[in-house]
Amino acid sequence: MARETPEVNGGSLADIAFLLLIFFLVTTTMDIDTGITRLLPPEPEKDQETEVKVNKRNVLVVLLNRSDRLMVGGEEMDRFTLKAKTIEFFTNPTNSTTLPEMVDTEIQFPPGSSPLLPPDGVWRGKVSKGVISLQNDRSTTYGKYLQVQNELVAAVNELRNNFCNLYFDKDYDELNTANPFEEEIYEGIRDIYKMNISESEPKNIGGLN
Amino acid sequence: MAKFKRKKGKGAQRINTASLPDIVFMLLFFFMVSTTMRETEVQVRVTVPEATEVKKLEKKSLVSYIYIGRPVAHVARMYGTEPLIQLNDKLVNEEGIPYESVQDFVLFEREKLPESDKNRMTMSLRIDQNIPMGKVDDVKQALRRARALIINYSARKEYREQGRQR
Repeated sequence: MARETPEVNGGSLADIAFLLLIFFLVTTTMDIDTGITRLLPPEPEKDQETEVKVNKRNVLVVLLNRSDRLMVGGEEMDRFTLKAKTIEFFTNPTNSTTLPEMVDTEIQFPPGSSPLLPPDGVWRGKVSKGVISLQNDRSTTYGKYLQVQNELVAAVNELRNNFCNLYFDKDYDELNTANPFEEEIYEGIRDIYKMNISESEPKNIGGLN
Repeated sequence: MAKFKRKKGKGAQRINTASLPDIVFMLLFFFMVSTTMRETEVQVRVTVPEATEVKKLEKKSLVSYIYIGRPVAHVARMYGTEPLIQLNDKLVNEEGIPYESVQDFVLFEREKLPESDKNRMTMSLRIDQNIPMGKVDDVKQALRRARALIINYSARKEYREQGRQR
């Protein structure tokens, strides 16, 4: 009779595997990168005239000084009112002459995409010429700067979202840009509410403490 | 006194656990494959700020990372405690606006992308929230010159209650 080979006890194998599993769960990161995507302006050509004349009413100057104090259009403000201010600036609800000019524009949406649009799908309305000029000092903290960026982006996102909800009964970020029909809507709304935020050339603007 | 009879002498049927290690190994392999070990060692301390309007970065292969922060302890011994710029895995050692380092970095990273994606390269700026903007402005200027214009200010998602006023 052949001798039996002693069997290795496999009972603890599960424990070992669990230990490894937990080790990997703890040490690895499933980090999803999130952030605010922005587009930098291209560097001006050497011979190009950089000064572009912009009507004063079309510019909202957002200033962050070196002690992180925020000034919007000449008055001091905290960042929680900045969003409302930005929305007012971009929509000019009262047709004020101190807020940006609104230009009659036609924007093509897919025909029949919304009951609020005429059958040919052309939206006729006013689009703001406003530009926000975001300026900061070299000593402004980055965290504060990003909070301000965030409020500005939030304002434009809210305008886009409201439009999208009203006309297409959908959230703006739910539009699937891989689908040409929805992409046209996406780009149409993007053109109505442009993200006109200019980050100016860096300079020292100082500021009191 | 056999008032309490045992039912047939045995307890509940035992579940066969012989396949448990297999299941756990499967989970293990799933996690090993789906997660990534960070291949770059970040030599500066970065706590990114919080923001409400963050979006996910879609294609990881298009993304290169720029870190700005104060150096971690062992690096600080060599470089001091002033904020440093790290491009993917190397620290920038250039005075003033780091035009050259960023230019080289952008060219090198762009070279790695397929032709169709070259103009979609995204620079993820992972910047510590307490860094003064001076360094950030420098990097932005250098990126403009290097024509890497799509940037992403890395931030964590902040959840804010509706209609919060202060």
